[in-house]
Amino acid sequence: MNQSIKVLSNLVKSSNTSRSLINAGSRRSVLFKTLNTNNTVRNFSTKQSKIDKDDEKTFDYTDKLVVQKLETYIPCYTIMNQDGIVSKPEQDPNFSQEVVTKMYKTMVLLNTMDSILYDVQRQGRISFYMTSFGEEAIHIGSASALDMGDTIFAQYRETGVFLWRGFTVDDIVNQCCTNDLDDGKGRQMPMHFGSKKINLQTISSPLTTQLPQAVGSSYAQKLAGEKNCTIVYFGEGAASEGDFHAAMNFAATLSTPTIFFCRNNKWAISTPSKEQYKGDGIAGRGPNGYGIRTIRVDGNDIWAVHNVTKLARKIAVEEQVPVLIEAMTYRVGHHSTSDDSSRYRTVEEINYWKETKNPINRLKNYMVRKNWWTEDQEKAIVAESRQLVRESLMKAEKRKKPALSEIFNDVYSELTPNLIEQQKELEEHLKLYPDEYPIDQYAK
Amino acid sequence: MFTLLLKKLNQPALNSTSKWVARSFSTAPKEVTVREAINSALDEELARDQRVYVMGEEVAQYNGAYKITKGLFEKYGADRIIDTPITEAGFAGIGVGSAMAGLRPVVEFMTWNFAMQAIDHIVNSSAKTHYMSGGKVFNPIVWRGPNGPPTSVGAQHSQCFAAWYGNVPGLKVIVPWSAEDHRGLLKSAIRDDNPVVCLESELLYNYKFTLSPESQDKDFLIPIGKAKVERQGTDITIVSFSRIVSNCLEAAEILAKEGISAEVINLRSIRPLDVETIVKSVQKTNRLVTAEEGWPQHGVGSEIAAQVVENAFDYLDAPIERITGADVPMPYAKNLEDAAMVQVQNIVNACRRVCYRKK
Ligand SMILES: Cc1ncc(C[n+]2csc(CCOP(=O)(O)OP(=O)(O)O)c2C)c(N)n1
Ligand SMILES: [Mg+2]
Repeated sequence: MNQSIKVLSNLVKSSNTSRSLINAGSRRSVLFKTLNTNNTVRNFSTKQSKIDKDDEKTFDYTDKLVVQKLETYIPCYTIMNQDGIVSKPEQDPNFSQEVVTKMYKTMVLLNTMDSILYDVQRQGRISFYMTSFGEEAIHIGSASALDMGDTIFAQYRETGVFLWRGFTVDDIVNQCCTNDLDDGKGRQMPMHFGSKKINLQTISSPLTTQLPQAVGSSYAQKLAGEKNCTIVYFGEGAASEGDFHAAMNFAATLSTPTIFFCRNNKWAISTPSKEQYKGDGIAGRGPNGYGIRTIRVDGNDIWAVHNVTKLARKIAVEEQVPVLIEAMTYRVGHHSTSDDSSRYRTVEEINYWKETKNPINRLKNYMVRKNWWTEDQEKAIVAESRQLVRESLMKAEKRKKPALSEIFNDVYSELTPNLIEQQKELEEHLKLYPDEYPIDQYAK
Repeated sequence: MFTLLLKKLNQPALNSTSKWVARSFSTAPKEVTVREAINSALDEELARDQRVYVMGEEVAQYNGAYKITKGLFEKYGADRIIDTPITEAGFAGIGVGSAMAGLRPVVEFMTWNFAMQAIDHIVNSSAKTHYMSGGKVFNPIVWRGPNGPPTSVGAQHSQCFAAWYGNVPGLKVIVPWSAEDHRGLLKSAIRDDNPVVCLESELLYNYKFTLSPESQDKDFLIPIGKAKVERQGTDITIVSFSRIVSNCLEAAEILAKEGISAEVINLRSIRPLDVETIVKSVQKTNRLVTAEEGWPQHGVGSEIAAQVVENAFDYLDAPIERITGADVPMPYAKNLEDAAMVQVQNIVNACRRVCYRKK
């Protein structure tokens, strides 16, 4: 392992001639072109000749000494009640029976998969899992309002968004079982998905880092002149990190097509939202704090979430500005398989949300009202979902584990001498102890 | 604030050497987990000094992500055991400011990986406050939490930061292994007038060790900057810290059966580094292997190798070998992770090579 100096010099050399630099060069000229034609991008070098008196236009001067307090709270947009009745018919997105059925089935599939994989973790067959119980309407309501060209940055409790975009149960199960079909090559914990196919940037564990990154991603979209946006999902707990504030301020000042989607599920592990922040929640920070257009929405009402996300996307893409959405919901499950939430909250509280505000039942009631759904169909799709997940698990568990070479691949764009040396060391070690490593169970 | 500061300045140094000697021997040896050892150290220091308080994510009502602070919230209340919003940079800064004003915070990070969000306060403020204030302001903080790879948590939760913090003047860095280490070093750290980084190991929390009667004393302190020879030997010196000390002791057992007598040194502190103890041992054994969970380049082993080359080159009979985690981000899959982590066998093999033994 005393190759470090050689490795370093090698890295420097290779980066001088690397493809990425050449690409960066040609990309830069594209950027400059856009910079010149697009006057919404700030030109930092322009001197201003007139005196800036904007302040005087935005607020009044007064001789009354008043200490401002929080008085008006941002209302929460909701259009469908628990019985599935839409209060104003013109607000019903009016999807066809086929589309609504697909939405409902995806919610049930997510819920069923969560139950099974949670139990599978309890049996020790996977190391970790996180359920989305209670947040299904957020996932499907928002995902159905997006374009496949939009980029997703997620936290970890957004699995339904991925399902809607074509990530399959197999994709999820293979990742959780970390077999040779795991697209992430066995490098990440369960639930930390990433997928080019569905335009999902790989989920990263340190909270809230995805927010400024999403702003960077949408800035790139803006410069490239794309008609797409980046949506970034995060919890109300994560919104306490400094990165939240940095992201909001940059999105506002750079004027980027970013949708900030906060899932306010009232808990961050054991910390209730009332201890996480004061003031008017996450939404309250948007308009006055950062000059960002903001909507608060009932996260258990799939149509409300859909309408809000659709509007936010329209604003973001057409006007090239960020929008903040705060979806009010409840984390019905434990934080993760490492948590026991009965230690810090009551069963009554959980049941209140599970029974009286259940987002899946709400959509089901809507369908029943339209005569689109029967109990037989319900039984059939639950059974179908179970079977799908079980079969997927059976297949996934029989697969080989990732190849040992995956330890060394992708640390850099190519294998460096130091990595090759380590790989050789490992191979020699394996030859020395053939009985201790079941290499036949690893992919080649 | 200034009266508090002045009061503090007039106080005798709290970590004066006279206190290392245990005072009462009224108890019998006791088996405890590392978790219990840390908990009792915190409890005793909270009871002893009103200025001490504990702060971090979920440390109060939830007893901490790893249950280290169990029972402390009930005992000391919400003013001294503080749950924070999820803002590592925020509570680290609050820790620094409150220490400037005379308090003695013990700041828990859920893991040291998340302290990356707060590292500016640790390195740029905490470590430099005393120096930049012309020696007028102290920053007595303990920054603690689990460090290094546990298992099955992937690249972003499995890093060892010993080399990172070990590089910073103004910080002290402790790396306890046994229950005694955790008690004695943590208590010394809390009483120290300087910022101390305490790197624990999640995998050690459930380990059981026997506490001697002395180490159960409420004034039991271990000096920061002194290593401990955990096993005497004559043929080779193995230097390690934190969880990997266990692996080294196991390796020493295996080597003993092959006729190799290994001396195992538990560093206990990374900064100050007890070069003297290492050099003395190498002068006796003439051979050295270092073992750590972190990455090889610029690691703790690299520093030890440099120190030994500078201070005991003529005593070396063989090249030094460093055993470290693989030089890659930690993979998640069990088979890949096992191959990337330090195993007992790696240490045994290195020692055989350094002793020119074949197997
Ligand atoms: C920087 C950082 N600090 C702490 C953690 C540990 N952590 C993981 S999830 C979580 C709670 C997040 O809560 P919230 O954002 O509300 O999302 P929810 O789990 O409710 O969906 C915490 C504290 C982390 N992953 N990263
Ligand atoms: Mg939450």
